[in-house]
Amino acid sequence: MSLSIEEGEIVSVVGANGAGKTTLLKAIAGLVRPTGGAVELRGERLDRLPTHRIVERGVVRVPEGRRIFPEMTVRENLELGATPPQARRKRPESLSRVWDLFPILRERARQLAGTLSGGEQQMLAIGRGLMSLPTLLMLDEPSLGLAPMVVKEIFQTIRRINADGVTILLVEQDVMHSLGMSHRGYVLENGSIVLAGGGPELLANQHIRTAYLGI
Amino acid sequence: MLILQALLSGLLNGGIYSLVAVGLTLIFGVMRIINFAHGSLMMLGMYVSYWLFVLWGVDPYLALIASGSVLFAVGVLIEAVLVSPVLEAPEHDQLLLTLGISLVIENLALFLWKADPRTVTVPYLAVAPMVGGIMISSPRVIAFVVSLALTAVLYVFLKRTDLGKAIRAVSQDREGALTVGINMRRIYALAFGIGCACVGVAGGLVVPFYAVDPYVGGVFVITAFVVVVLGGMGNFGGALLAALIVGLAESVAAVFIPAAMKQVVMYTIFVVVLLFRPQGLFGARRA
Repeated sequence: MSLSIEEGEIVSVVGANGAGKTTLLKAIAGLVRPTGGAVELRGERLDRLPTHRIVERGVVRVPEGRRIFPEMTVRENLELGATPPQARRKRPESLSRVWDLFPILRERARQLAGTLSGGEQQMLAIGRGLMSLPTLLMLDEPSLGLAPMVVKEIFQTIRRINADGVTILLVEQDVMHSLGMSHRGYVLENGSIVLAGGGPELLANQHIRTAYLGI
Repeated sequence: MLILQALLSGLLNGGIYSLVAVGLTLIFGVMRIINFAHGSLMMLGMYVSYWLFVLWGVDPYLALIASGSVLFAVGVLIEAVLVSPVLEAPEHDQLLLTLGISLVIENLALFLWKADPRTVTVPYLAVAPMVGGIMISSPRVIAFVVSLALTAVLYVFLKRTDLGKAIRAVSQDREGALTVGINMRRIYALAFGIGCACVGVAGGLVVPFYAVDPYVGGVFVITAFVVVVLGGMGNFGGALLAALIVGLAESVAAVFIPAAMKQVVMYTIFVVVLLFRPQGLFGARRA
């Protein structure tokens, strides 16, 4: 499998359950190690670095299932996002940026993260990712289990984050939404890329229309 | 009067249990490892204090700094060399490892220092003042106060500082902690080191009133395990409260039944609580 992302893009990876989308993101983030091949960021090998060094280089993953810290407050969760040294120095600025993107989180700043609704937890997970000052933000199934209204809001925010200069790698089962807003997309089946192309162009593809959209 | 005396000594013992248990629960909470070497590490802490006193006449309370630091270093070393390779291993492998470490430490102590119980007598603490017919053992009071103070300091450290929050983050969601770029190896070493330092200080604290021998750790650590489970595995505040409860129950029971049977009480509480609240008295179910 070969995949590349240019700076400033939104790139989607779509595919069915078990196609290897999550594993792909985990391999980039260093949580699983590839048995072969390489992960490179601007020419530097990432696949031999420990996970925290990868985050320090601005490659940040918002994991599936959010993985927030349930017994800490919203604010503490966000502050922990700013763990890399360079992110820690910009903590106040990043925090106001997140408050600005997700005003609801500001209202709930002192609440324990475990008591938030699913949508709010997803916003918190994305906000926490932004606190690490990503150059590449990888989102794993951000729409999973959320109401359609909330999904729409999350996707709008992702577009806003991209407009602020953050490159996005999006993994989604919601093929329609994610390809619709992406510059480019990849289709993953059984661990291999079977199709690649511009987002809207893929949406028009006959294979995708029958296999994923049921049209 | 007997009851009052029992309540007092139970409470004082509970303080010590809390410091031992807090170290154990911290290690478990962060690393999901049950440290069976905890008792023998406490014994090491006691010997540090004992030898400093015997060889150089160091005051046992000054020696706490030494027993705490030595055990912190020992903990970091054990974590780096022995424990970290088995972190992803099945539980029974981890269990065998920490049990093995414990056997090595105990037998090393037996080889070096023989099985004789050794005691330290601190001259200025030898007389126990009586207040209203109750004997107040000063070293036990000091042990209680220092234990609770250290537990409080540790609590504030975990609750308020960035490093403490990172440690709690790892215990609440490991993958989340990896995601935000926390250096896991550093946190593991630190948590194991702090856990061992707690038990090192606890060892130093009991030296003025408890004889040291290579197997002494077992006495405290079995109680500490009960306390940790009762408090909810990995639950810090729970461990503190459970420690006081166990200390009190044990001591009050000894008034009514033969002292040799006091552990029966502890285990009865243990079994009954687990029957109705398997997550422990104060344990929250974690996702």
